[in-house]
Amino acid sequence: MFKQSKLVSALAVAGVALFGATAAQAQIVKIDGSSTVYPITEAVAEDFQKAKKNAIKVTVGISGTGGGFKKFCRDETDISNASRPITAKEMEDCKAAGVEYVEMPVAYDALTVVINPKNAFLKQATVEELKKLWEPAAQGTITKWNQVNPAWPDAPVKLFGAGADSGTFEYFTEAIVGKAKSSRGDYTASEDDNVLVQGVSRDVNAIGYFGYAYYAENMSRLKGLPIVNPKTGKAVEPSGANVENGTYVPLSRPIFVYVKLKSLDKPEVREFVEFYMKNADKLVREVKYVPLPKAIYDGNLKHAKDKKIGTVFGGKNEVGITVDEIMKREAKM
Amino acid sequence: MNPMTTEQIRALIARGKLKDTVFQALGIICLAVGLLVIFLLVGDMLIRGMARLNLEFFTEFASRRAAQSGILSAWVGTLLVMLVTALAAVPLGVAAGIYLEEYAKRNWVTDIIEINITNLAAVPSIVYGLLALGIFVYTFGFGQSILSAGLTLALLILPIVIVATREAIRAIPAMIREGSMAVGATRWQTCRYHIIPYAMPGILTGVIIGLARAIGETAPIITIGALTFIAFLPPVPFAPTGVEGVSAGLFDWVMSPFTVMPIQIFNWTSRPDPAFEVNAAAAGFVLMGMVLSMNAVAIWLRYRMRKNIKW
Repeated sequence: MFKQSKLVSALAVAGVALFGATAAQAQIVKIDGSSTVYPITEAVAEDFQKAKKNAIKVTVGISGTGGGFKKFCRDETDISNASRPITAKEMEDCKAAGVEYVEMPVAYDALTVVINPKNAFLKQATVEELKKLWEPAAQGTITKWNQVNPAWPDAPVKLFGAGADSGTFEYFTEAIVGKAKSSRGDYTASEDDNVLVQGVSRDVNAIGYFGYAYYAENMSRLKGLPIVNPKTGKAVEPSGANVENGTYVPLSRPIFVYVKLKSLDKPEVREFVEFYMKNADKLVREVKYVPLPKAIYDGNLKHAKDKKIGTVFGGKNEVGITVDEIMKREAKM
Repeated sequence: MNPMTTEQIRALIARGKLKDTVFQALGIICLAVGLLVIFLLVGDMLIRGMARLNLEFFTEFASRRAAQSGILSAWVGTLLVMLVTALAAVPLGVAAGIYLEEYAKRNWVTDIIEINITNLAAVPSIVYGLLALGIFVYTFGFGQSILSAGLTLALLILPIVIVATREAIRAIPAMIREGSMAVGATRWQTCRYHIIPYAMPGILTGVIIGLARAIGETAPIITIGALTFIAFLPPVPFAPTGVEGVSAGLFDWVMSPFTVMPIQIFNWTSRPDPAFEVNAAAAGFVLMGMVLSMNAVAIWLRYRMRKNIKW
């Protein structure tokens, strides 16, 4: 056994000596994480490389928010895309590896509840109605629309939703059912949102949910369902404007990038982050997400400069947090 | 028992012939179904992806704008990974096959090895990915590189290459081997001048089948951490790196981050913008083209080599 491990380490050393030495010189900004944040970071990476005439290389992977944090806290990546704040467990992992990070909100994502455009009876829905439809107790019992609301017809409900591994699923269940990952299981689940888009667009009695970008790109074959704001009692349509003015609650959420503090010492990472925050407004809009106020992007850069590390969420995911709230907490940090 | 009348015999023959015809028809239908499916798939991808199949599609990197997006990093990545895979799997697999067939003693150890090689061919590819993540990426420190991916896929197709090598060797008549030994050739000389050349066409077929499987694999490559967005190519040997006075080493490219065709296709099919579906179809068609041309090369090589075998 001892001999074997010696052989393995000898091979490892040989491998590094052969290939590792020169490859390390290349200036590469390594990013991984959430598929929800990916389109934004990809757009930034694309334009950044063009602006720098390819002198700095950027790679972006999709490992999911959790998978991304695993690599991030193992000190393998410079930046981690996250569709939710870092969890307490991940904070511990990072701490154990000595990885410190600056938390930067980059955009708003609005989870959108969609129905078929031919659906004539659904004009709006309350959180309670959606809860009745999606909570675990509904499994096998709530199968007709009129069971949720007597005003709705006696027609079968066809449900489409995110797969259980996605951050979208986590957030939707937390916001609607009240407990993360608690959902009925008898619905068409897919990690590929295009499957859900197709499902809902083909069935008059269908209802589904996914990120706003997928709705925005498919408006001709889907209808976004207005959700009643629990505070004001008014139904609010999913739209960029309503997310920006803070009325589309509780289904809008901030999404983040986490930047490793140590990486900020590298000029290529620092330049990338600067480019990110300066162009975020334009690029976020282009990929159909909702940008944050300029003050947040400026704040992110300031935090990078002042080395303000850590999270304002304390390891918990929160439903319906507003931009103002984030700014207030950051001020206290 | 009464002897059969002529009538009865005729009826019997007619029944037999009918069954023959029915089976033949069934066989043709089965073949047609298989061929039809592949033609439909390729045709469908071609029609849908037609609009993007131009030169720029091959020379542009992926982009958030569907119409400007290309597969440069993906096809280069796929080719380089395949190169590493072939360089690793072919010598290892062929040597192992020759050893098992020509040198190994027939005993229980050999039996166990044989059973395990057959079983290895059936291990799901994601398991190879996990193994490779532990060994190549972390223990050996190769990182998320072309080298790691190539070695992972090499492991994946190793059993296929070994089995194909053995089958090819077994198909060589025993008298060739005996004749060679009879004139005083050693075992190695027999292998070198007779067994390997004669088995080559069969080995090649196995290698190509293995590579064709590997080229479409996504799961193990994702597991070891292939990237989705990458807008640069691995360093060309001896090309300037951008750092003053430093040029890339001969083997720098094997440590480069990369992406491959199946990952690019998967990424495009899952994008919100439906315009990317056209890209995905076009890339799918290109990948099919790569697999088919690999098979074509194999058939051609096999044909040429068979012509040189004179027995």
